[in-house]
Amino acid sequence: MVWFYLTSGLFLGWILGANDAGNIYGAALSTKMFRFYTVAVLASVFVVLGAMISGFGATHTLGALGDVNAIAGSFTVAFSTALTVFLLMKRGLVVSVSQAIVGGIIGWNIFTSSPTDYGSLVQIIASWILNPFLAGIFSFVFYYAMMHFLKRTKMHILEIDFFTKALAVFVIAFGAYSLGANNIAKVVGVFLTSAPLKDFAVTQSLIISPAQQLFFIGSLAIVSGIITYSKNTTETVGMKIFKLTPISAIASILGASTVLFLFSSTTVEKLLNNAGLPSFPLVPVSITQAMVGAVIGIGFAKGGRYINYRILGRIGLGWIITPVASGVIAFVLLFIMQNVFDREVYTALKYEINRPVVKQIEKWGVPAGNFTNIRDTVFESQQEFRGFLSSLGYDKEEYMFRIFKGAIIENFRIDSNYAKEKMNPNYFSAGQINSIKSMHNETFRHKWMLFDRMKSMSDEWNELPDIPQNEYLNKELEQKRGIISEMFKIK
Amino acid sequence: MLLKKTKKLEVQIDEFLDKVLNGGLVLKQGIKYYLNNQNEHFEESLRDIDKTENDADTLRRTIETKLYMHTLIPEQRGDVLGLLESTDKVLNSCKEVLFQFSVEKPQISEDLKSDYIDLADTSVSSIECMIGAVRSYFSEFRMVRDNINKALFFEKESDKLADKLKRDIFSKENIDLSVKMHIRYFVYHIDKIADAAEDVCDRLSIAVIKRYG
Repeated sequence: MVWFYLTSGLFLGWILGANDAGNIYGAALSTKMFRFYTVAVLASVFVVLGAMISGFGATHTLGALGDVNAIAGSFTVAFSTALTVFLLMKRGLVVSVSQAIVGGIIGWNIFTSSPTDYGSLVQIIASWILNPFLAGIFSFVFYYAMMHFLKRTKMHILEIDFFTKALAVFVIAFGAYSLGANNIAKVVGVFLTSAPLKDFAVTQSLIISPAQQLFFIGSLAIVSGIITYSKNTTETVGMKIFKLTPISAIASILGASTVLFLFSSTTVEKLLNNAGLPSFPLVPVSITQAMVGAVIGIGFAKGGRYINYRILGRIGLGWIITPVASGVIAFVLLFIMQNVFDREVYTALKYEINRPVVKQIEKWGVPAGNFTNIRDTVFESQQEFRGFLSSLGYDKEEYMFRIFKGAIIENFRIDSNYAKEKMNPNYFSAGQINSIKSMHNETFRHKWMLFDRMKSMSDEWNELPDIPQNEYLNKELEQKRGIISEMFKIK
Repeated sequence: MLLKKTKKLEVQIDEFLDKVLNGGLVLKQGIKYYLNNQNEHFEESLRDIDKTENDADTLRRTIETKLYMHTLIPEQRGDVLGLLESTDKVLNSCKEVLFQFSVEKPQISEDLKSDYIDLADTSVSSIECMIGAVRSYFSEFRMVRDNINKALFFEKESDKLADKLKRDIFSKENIDLSVKMHIRYFVYHIDKIADAAEDVCDRLSIAVIKRYG
């Protein structure tokens, strides 16, 4: 059954390969520099590499936006995303898979009454705006630099041609790598928590984690899209807005890929933080949008005369329709899945309101006056809890999100033997390991309770002051605490 | 080495341009031999230019085939092809002129000879500059403009010289009209060579805009 459910993710992967991958090499193909299969094989190899090596960065933010916690739900969200892209693609609109999946997840949140993390959502929407903008700037700069060089070089035109081809190979590889790294989260990201896969040991030291297995399968789906269908979609956005030459094609692909890479690379994040600079949010962004921005950048570099503004209008329309359509389709399909096919599209979660919980959410900036006269209560589902909060007069989604986060009952029990066995001393510090061991047999009903206790046991669980240099370390710390909570959660 | 094929093709393009340039110089020399009545030398020039033209044709076809077979410079291929072909036409005209001298043996009076030589000099100068422009299109882009300007300058000069020469011919009283008309055609043909060079330059100007806007 799991494998059946995963098919919708694979459908989505296929769509990504068919729809988005064309952007990477469409321009290069249209200039007749390469044969289709040469390019397809090159792109396929690097899509897989990108997914396996750098795919982890961007899954996190999507998970934070909405934690689709039942596999039938994941199936429906992925399916409605793929369906939206497919339908809009057929109508000739420019579609971004990342927008569709965000729409789908929010559709799930609304259907299940789960709160949406506005912080993550704002970050994602900001990246949608930043992405084409940055891609435009990058391609503008790359194009200028290349033209500056070419107009002054004494290289023979045939040598320039040779190096252009070599650069195109590099850029396609880089673009495919970024596509794999940044998009694999869209293909299988929603299955991360719900797919019941186990560690697969190739040898004793080489263990392939469930996430890696998912990423590998997902990247193969993208590859199948590239091989079987992308030939038909290489008539890309880029070509419609503005006719590209080999040099401008390379500059725009390079610009778009750079942005995708920046938005998915943890290494770049670390480097920027160490230099005291704010880093890019690690969110899945669309190569289609990046290409649109990049091509406009080239258009401006050439004086802005030949840009087809009508097409730009259509693209803007697509950007609004996609997430909305995907959200609506997901909502409808979830309803059908649940009520017609009788599938569990989400797991009901328990929440409680009592004095410590109220105190905690107050700490997170939620005005808690409305809770003053409330008796300790346990709620059996998301809907029930949301209904209760609405009756108290909470209507801001940000507050909703924080209250949900503080009130959810998860149940943790610390086991020192398990800690000894599972906590990797290369990853966790000795102080961290010892503090967990000394908490043997303690139980917690809420994640924040567990974290508070951990912080009180060892200073090494506490965040460092909030300056850019510490951003990455704090993120890592958050990840470590997340691993501990997963480790000791009672299932 | 990866660039080996490319380098070989570069050399062939250079050789082709050398041949056209050489054809122009042979033409200039051939006309001088003819006017100085050095018949043996003239006939040798004739054979020389015939062979050069044949070699250039073969070379041009090889280059064109290679460009298409190995899908090189896809964006500029059409322009390059047009350039090579129109350059080849210049060489053909040179050959034609020399052949006409050989076949028709025009009777050019002593006092006009130096004007013919001047005209041939100027015409061939425009070929030289045109070849320079084509070469720089391939390997030193910045120099294309300068070379085109020079070639166009010589083309205009040759027009002026041709015009003057034609007037001089027809104002002469001691020559038959039939002879006047005959030798006038040679002025026309020599001047035409500079026009052919101008055609190449016109193509080149457009190709330059197409390449780097």
